[in-house]
Amino acid sequence: MNIGNALAVGENEHEVSLKVQQYCTFFLGDLYLGVAVEDVQEVIRQQEMTPVPLSSPLVKGIVNLRGQIVTALDLRHRFGMSAYEKPPMNIVIRADDGPVSLLVDEIGDVVELDQSSYEATPETVDKLSAELVTGVFKLQGKLLLVLGLDKAIQFSEAA
Amino acid sequence: MAQDLGESQGQLPEEVNEFLVESHENLDRLDRDLVALEADPMDKERLSSIFRTIHTIKGTCGFLGFQKLESVTHVGENLLSKLRDGELILNPAITDALLAMVDAVREMLARIESTASDGEVTYPELIARLTEAAAGSLSGTVAVAPVLAAAPADEPTKVEPVVDNPSQSEALAPPVVATSDLASKVAAADAAKEPIEAKSVISDSSVRVDVGLLDRLMNLVGELVLARNQILQHTAGEANSALVATTQRLNLITSELQEGVMKTRMQPIGTIWSKFPRVVRDLSQSLSKHVRLELEGKETELDRTIIEAIKDPLTHLVRNSVDHGIEMPEIRSANSKPDEGILTLSAYHEGGYVNIEVIDDGAGIDPLKLKAKAIEKGLITVEQASKMSDREVQHLIFMPGFSTAEKVTNVSGRGVGMDVVKTNIERIGGSIEVNSELGKGSTFKIRIPLTLAIIPALIIKSAGERFAIPQVSLVELVRLEAEQAKVDIDAVDGAPVCRLRGHLLPLVKLSEVLKLESELVEDEGATNIVVLQADHRQFGLVVDHVVDTEEIVVKPLGKQIKSVNTFAGATIMGDGRVALILDVMGVAKAGHVVSESLDSRSGSVSESRGDYVADKEALLLLGLGHSARVAVPLASVDRLEEFETDSLEWAGSQPVVQYRNGIMPLLWLASALGVDAGDASDSKLQVVVHSSLGRSVGIVVGSILDITEEQVTLDPYGSRDAIRGSAVIQGKVTDVVDLTPLVEAVVGELVGVGVIE
Repeated sequence: MNIGNALAVGENEHEVSLKVQQYCTFFLGDLYLGVAVEDVQEVIRQQEMTPVPLSSPLVKGIVNLRGQIVTALDLRHRFGMSAYEKPPMNIVIRADDGPVSLLVDEIGDVVELDQSSYEATPETVDKLSAELVTGVFKLQGKLLLVLGLDKAIQFSEAA
Repeated sequence: MAQDLGESQGQLPEEVNEFLVESHENLDRLDRDLVALEADPMDKERLSSIFRTIHTIKGTCGFLGFQKLESVTHVGENLLSKLRDGELILNPAITDALLAMVDAVREMLARIESTASDGEVTYPELIARLTEAAAGSLSGTVAVAPVLAAAPADEPTKVEPVVDNPSQSEALAPPVVATSDLASKVAAADAAKEPIEAKSVISDSSVRVDVGLLDRLMNLVGELVLARNQILQHTAGEANSALVATTQRLNLITSELQEGVMKTRMQPIGTIWSKFPRVVRDLSQSLSKHVRLELEGKETELDRTIIEAIKDPLTHLVRNSVDHGIEMPEIRSANSKPDEGILTLSAYHEGGYVNIEVIDDGAGIDPLKLKAKAIEKGLITVEQASKMSDREVQHLIFMPGFSTAEKVTNVSGRGVGMDVVKTNIERIGGSIEVNSELGKGSTFKIRIPLTLAIIPALIIKSAGERFAIPQVSLVELVRLEAEQAKVDIDAVDGAPVCRLRGHLLPLVKLSEVLKLESELVEDEGATNIVVLQADHRQFGLVVDHVVDTEEIVVKPLGKQIKSVNTFAGATIMGDGRVALILDVMGVAKAGHVVSESLDSRSGSVSESRGDYVADKEALLLLGLGHSARVAVPLASVDRLEEFETDSLEWAGSQPVVQYRNGIMPLLWLASALGVDAGDASDSKLQVVVHSSLGRSVGIVVGSILDITEEQVTLDPYGSRDAIRGSAVIQGKVTDVVDLTPLVEAVVGELVGVGVIE
């Protein structure tokens, strides 16, 4: 989420090496995605979920997170993928108005990334992903897509 | 008044006490705000907050009769309002003046606390200085508005020193102090005259707690309640007596803690009632009425959020009762009532709810007048009016756009109607009812939950999911065994209704409304109906199982699902899983039970008079004979009944049945319309009851098919007396019939028939 700032700093050549950021990574289908660690409240296992009838198909249900009601969002559906094949993990995001859980296939490591390897989303990424991904980190042998949380959490009913 | 208060020295009236506690705190904040403001003079928010503080103090002391305090804060308020509106910009000189005012206010408050009066010092210089500052002419003041800049620099002070007692004012020559540290000198002078206790006592006797903290405590207690429920479940079959005993203790302690924490948020209703004596007095004076206000149950406590929310609706009800309820003294004495009307406010607890009643012994509500008014305003049709019970009529006053005051007074009828009162009360989960007896008076009864955080709810199951229904909306539970359900539930296709004690109750299937995949594991074929109240309309919610009632803790839903208005929130059940709380109003709307509310219906009916084209209305579909189908407007149907053919009797040539201790003539719809009735071999008569000219008439039909609500385009083909025309309804040609002319013909013939035992 702080990519904007990070980029601004990145332009300043001397500070590049100082500016590293930690990302919490996860897998969704064949995508390798990440969100800035400070946006993540916690990662929890599959929770007992209560479906919410009549809500958007992106809402998988609501879960009880230590007494707080947290909406769990179907990220696979958001990326136009088929349903989860195994019990998903919850990445609980600190949103402006309370936590929101993103359901993902698998949790990766927390990685420390240098802003110098950051690039804007390439044109070739398909339209839906391009909307949800704010940028890409070039890693050895693979790409880490940075998930745009604003877009992922806020959606219109039509989405 | 200030002098009067002096008599009760040592024990100040409660409202003065509250005023002192509140003002002391506000002043502390004011000091900080003013200093902070000097660093950032354009901080609008801070300025507004300062303005509000002074405004509140001024308002309250005006009410309590502390005139000197009021006059000082009044000029201060003037100055602040100019600062707030940007006409003046704060500078050190103005800040000094304002701080001096705060000091003066504090002195006066201390004096009030020790002597119950705001003393004799009038602070003329301070007032002059503040006035001068407000005029933009205090040295160093920068006036922003050009008009003010043009004002003469030595504009004379308009504010006269205010002194209560003229004889004393002579003795007390205002000290002339020209310098800016006037406040301290005045204080010194005061200190010599009347020693003031150094430390304020009242402000130390209570602790103010941040509301956020209280809310957090409340949340934690909610969690504890849930955990307790869980442990109680686990230990239900436990043999270990020590564990059972401990659980019992935990249970008790939790309940007490819950009660205690809830109490911290409680305030007696008297806090908002305290202003009513004045309101009633002023109002009755201006209307030349005599009204005595009686308050019962002042100490009844309510959650602070609810207290805030009912303040305005209650004020409106009180004003309304004085204005419209209680009659002029002449009329009262003409009706052999005492001149003085009595308005009673009464509050009491009842099973997790608080009832507040506003009772007047006035004229009461005239149902005829109300009906006429509602018809005149196009809120209901004549037909609807004729069928309404007095109780229903009385509730017309809660409809939007209704006001029966014959003329608009400046007291009520300013556009804020009873509908707003109702909406506001319903918003906090409450309900309002009116009971009125013509000539005897009216009672408005408000029922509101004690708190919004923990509510009793009914837990039900539908399609394997649990849902909570707030008990406030619950009317009754009905369980129809398979056999009974077949008889009592009609027109299952489309819009099912249930015959419940002679009334038609629209049914809504929860699983259908929520588009859930029903498991069809119905409870041995029985139908569980939860009868709910939504906006003065009852409907039956069909659920799979009724589980239990439970105290639930209401939790808000995330914004991603806030837009789903069938849910009011969520709660965590004993097993840790989440259950959704149904919003009864939302469910009713989703099930189309209230979409056709009185007001929306009246609109379409009045438009459709004359040409019956393209208006959406609810129709009861009936079968006649082998194939004929007719539809009658559901609005003209009172009830659906079934009679044995044996119970048919004759009054002259008129077939009748005994019905509800009376005689109901019967009319065969098929023959009235000239349709072949087919073979009437059935031993039961299906009857649609319709009322007209004050008489119920039973219309015998072949079968009751369905209820539909659709836009009907009538083809005038085949239109005759009672037939409006034909339309295609549910894919079949159907005649739409108007019952009124048919029935009136029968009723006209029927005069002077009685039951002889």
